[in-house]
Amino acid sequence: MKQFLSFVRKEFYHVFRDKKTLLMLFGLPIVLIVLFGFAVTNEIKNAKIVICDYAEDEATQRIINKLEAGNQFKITKSIMSHTEIENAFKKENIKLAIIFPANFNKDLLHLNKAQVQIIADASDPNTANTLTNYATAIIMDYQQELMKNNTIPLRIVTETRMLYNPELKGATNFVPGIMALVLLLVCVLMTAVSIVREKETGTMEILLVSPISPFLVIISKAIPYFFLSLINLSVILILSVTLLEMPINGSLWLLVAESTLFIICALSLGLLISNNTQSQQSAMLISMMGMLVPTMLFTGFMFPIENMPVPLQVITNIVPSKWYYIIVKSIMIKGLGFSAIWKETLILFGTTYFLLFVSLKTFKNRLV
Amino acid sequence: MADVVLNNIVKTYNKGEVKAVNDVSFEVSKGELFGLIGADGAGKTSIFRILTTLLLPNSGTASVNGFDVVKDYKTIRKNVGYMPGKFSLYQDLSVEENLNFFATVFNTTVAENYDLVKDIYVQLEPFKTRRAGKLSGGMKQKLALCGALIHRPTVLFLDEPTTGVDVVSRKEFWEMLKGLKQQGITILVSTPYMDEATLCERIALIQNGSMMTIDTPDNIIKQFPDKLFAVKADNMSRLQNVLRNDPQIKSCFSFGDFHHIIFKNGNEHSQNELIQTLQEANFQNIEIKHITPSIEDCFIKLMN
Amino acid sequence: MTSEVVIKTDKLTKRFGDFIATNEITFEVYPGEIFGFLGANGAGKTTAMKMLCGLSTPSSGNATIAGFDIYKQTEEIKKHIGYMSQKFSLYEDLTVIENIKFFGGIYGLSDKQLKEKSNELIETLGLQREAKKLVASLPLGWKQKLAFSVAVIHEPKIVFLDEPTGGVDPITRRQFWDLIYQAADRGITIFVTTHYMDEAEYCNRISIMVDGIIEALDTPDNLKKQFSATSMDEVFYELARGAKRKSD
Repeated sequence: MKQFLSFVRKEFYHVFRDKKTLLMLFGLPIVLIVLFGFAVTNEIKNAKIVICDYAEDEATQRIINKLEAGNQFKITKSIMSHTEIENAFKKENIKLAIIFPANFNKDLLHLNKAQVQIIADASDPNTANTLTNYATAIIMDYQQELMKNNTIPLRIVTETRMLYNPELKGATNFVPGIMALVLLLVCVLMTAVSIVREKETGTMEILLVSPISPFLVIISKAIPYFFLSLINLSVILILSVTLLEMPINGSLWLLVAESTLFIICALSLGLLISNNTQSQQSAMLISMMGMLVPTMLFTGFMFPIENMPVPLQVITNIVPSKWYYIIVKSIMIKGLGFSAIWKETLILFGTTYFLLFVSLKTFKNRLV
Repeated sequence: MADVVLNNIVKTYNKGEVKAVNDVSFEVSKGELFGLIGADGAGKTSIFRILTTLLLPNSGTASVNGFDVVKDYKTIRKNVGYMPGKFSLYQDLSVEENLNFFATVFNTTVAENYDLVKDIYVQLEPFKTRRAGKLSGGMKQKLALCGALIHRPTVLFLDEPTTGVDVVSRKEFWEMLKGLKQQGITILVSTPYMDEATLCERIALIQNGSMMTIDTPDNIIKQFPDKLFAVKADNMSRLQNVLRNDPQIKSCFSFGDFHHIIFKNGNEHSQNELIQTLQEANFQNIEIKHITPSIEDCFIKLMN
Repeated sequence: MTSEVVIKTDKLTKRFGDFIATNEITFEVYPGEIFGFLGANGAGKTTAMKMLCGLSTPSSGNATIAGFDIYKQTEEIKKHIGYMSQKFSLYEDLTVIENIKFFGGIYGLSDKQLKEKSNELIETLGLQREAKKLVASLPLGWKQKLAFSVAVIHEPKIVFLDEPTGGVDPITRRQFWDLIYQAADRGITIFVTTHYMDEAEYCNRISIMVDGIIEALDTPDNLKKQFSATSMDEVFYELARGAKRKSD
């Protein structure tokens, strides 16, 4: 028994004297709870919707007031043609469009029946469903209200159309997210570990005391993983298209080009991490722990970014996978071209350049 | 002009807490075989890393082939050969692949400088397709040496190349170094083994980051200030106690089958007086003789 | 009962697949003896030592350590031996005192014994000022001396030392051997491997392993006569030169 207690005491010493492990032990749960607590919410907040009110009568006004009452929707009212509505979905990232036909109230009064069209961006089927249900509920609420003063049953029929993903396949939302996650993790982890391994075995010392430029050393480390990631990418795409019936509505070459950019970005991040770690274990820990959680949370495929509190939303802007996710969805699901995603591409390019620049600048060409 | 020069080099770690190299200065001439002799933690590796430009000294200057280790590090890195401790090789590459890689890194080929490594490489050749990780310690040592030589360096830095290697390989290694010397390469070797010191042309004895002396092994031995005696008897353990407590004896250190002693006020009678003392203490088979000190004797003397 | 022999092996063998690391070694070690167990890297020394410490099961052959059977009583063996190697001796992130307390506790010392022993140890080694410092901050020589003292803190029958003086300066090396002598005087049997041939001379008897077999076993003086050598260095070189296995 005494021996057992000796061991226990020793183990406590080890734990408390290892500052890095302590940080993880206590820091990580706190960070996770805070992040997940705030980020994860299925409530809708500030969803961008457009209302096309052709009728502009008291009925539509009542419904619109109700829709505006909560803070779930950020409403823009404008009259748009169908093409214009489609563009709004594509370019302005609206989530929902509600269209009231010209004779809305008149139809209600005279025909006891009116129609409303709801169009949702179903590339994220969960959000689409939630928004549609919510809008429908409000409309039904109004219907109930009317029925109180009327003995004849009234009906407001909502006709829903799910854009981009009529079958509401979950895959359309999560496959691009998985692509981002997998490419990021693999590239970061593999380059970081590979470089740090040279440090650990001591071969890095020999490479440093040689005419070869450090730039070439680390670029050569990244190259095999670059090609492997392209293969990885192909496999994921093939599987998604054949097994999960994902569409590739846009240009495949554009998709590959953007993915190449993202891969280079992830590799640069790996290089940066390896500059500052001395052991493979640390490299793995930082790559996995440090990259996994933020990527999952902040890419936007698990939890919609609009639902997060503003400070977290700002943080998501520095997570490269968030931009890649938008790019992939735009190309694969919405079938958009470069003109729609040039901003995101620019951001990704800038991030990559910055990471490469910093990692090369901070590469230690001496020990310690 | 000397090939390697150090002037008042100081290196500390842990924000000055650990003084690894404490005001070290010395020079190594072209083509010299120079040994840095000292225990673990004496500062040998730190000195080598400063000379190969892997570490910056806290103060002091150093140069290799006339190039400053801080400002001209790129030039130095092109011209020196370096074999760090624990023979850093690519474990999952074969002997051939390792050597070819190191040759290419230095913009040359194995063929170009083959004459330099031939004597060593022939011993490796039967294993040339074997992965480096699967070689014995002695073989790894030879491969690492080839790797450090393949670009015909002007100066070769070998950090503890014989540690952890079997006795036979160690002897062979020093033979190879002597052969290399004839090619005109300046060689700096560090080792904790005192017996290897005599195989060098000049040595520096280093302890706790400071140089105790720098000279040829012969000169160091000649400078030993006292007359050294070796004493032996039937019970060596008891003998050591007796000798240490003897008021006539200044120091007593065990050296294998003899104890090495120095008399406090030695004269022609001291030896016989000691024999008598020991006989009275019931020791048998007493043997005392005057001996020339070894480097280890000198090292111990300097440590005190 | 073999009470006058602390280690007795009979054709002790360890095989790894086709490879015979230790090949039918047979020898005896007596109480209070300083027994040098020599051999080049790859000769089979470490494998043999692991078996004797109860850390590895032999493939065949028999042995008793401190009277306990090597197959059936490994736990008893571990209680009666001490062990120290160059690679691991003490916990670097614990202080001197914490290490002493921990290992003392593991070896079953009572609180009172522990207090006495630890004061004694710190006195003998002169570590009063370092007692509360982390072992990592001690110079190598002090670490090794401390590790040895901790390994014998429970006055075991035998202590196994695996290259305990590697890389240490000449004076510390001799101080270490002083500690070994003191332990031997107290009746502890010392089973030590080393690469320093002068240390081989400090042993009462030496065995030299080559290619898994014990090629020589005798006192240093007799071995030198046998091989017409003036030093153990020459003896060892003679035997090691013919070795076929030069692996780690």
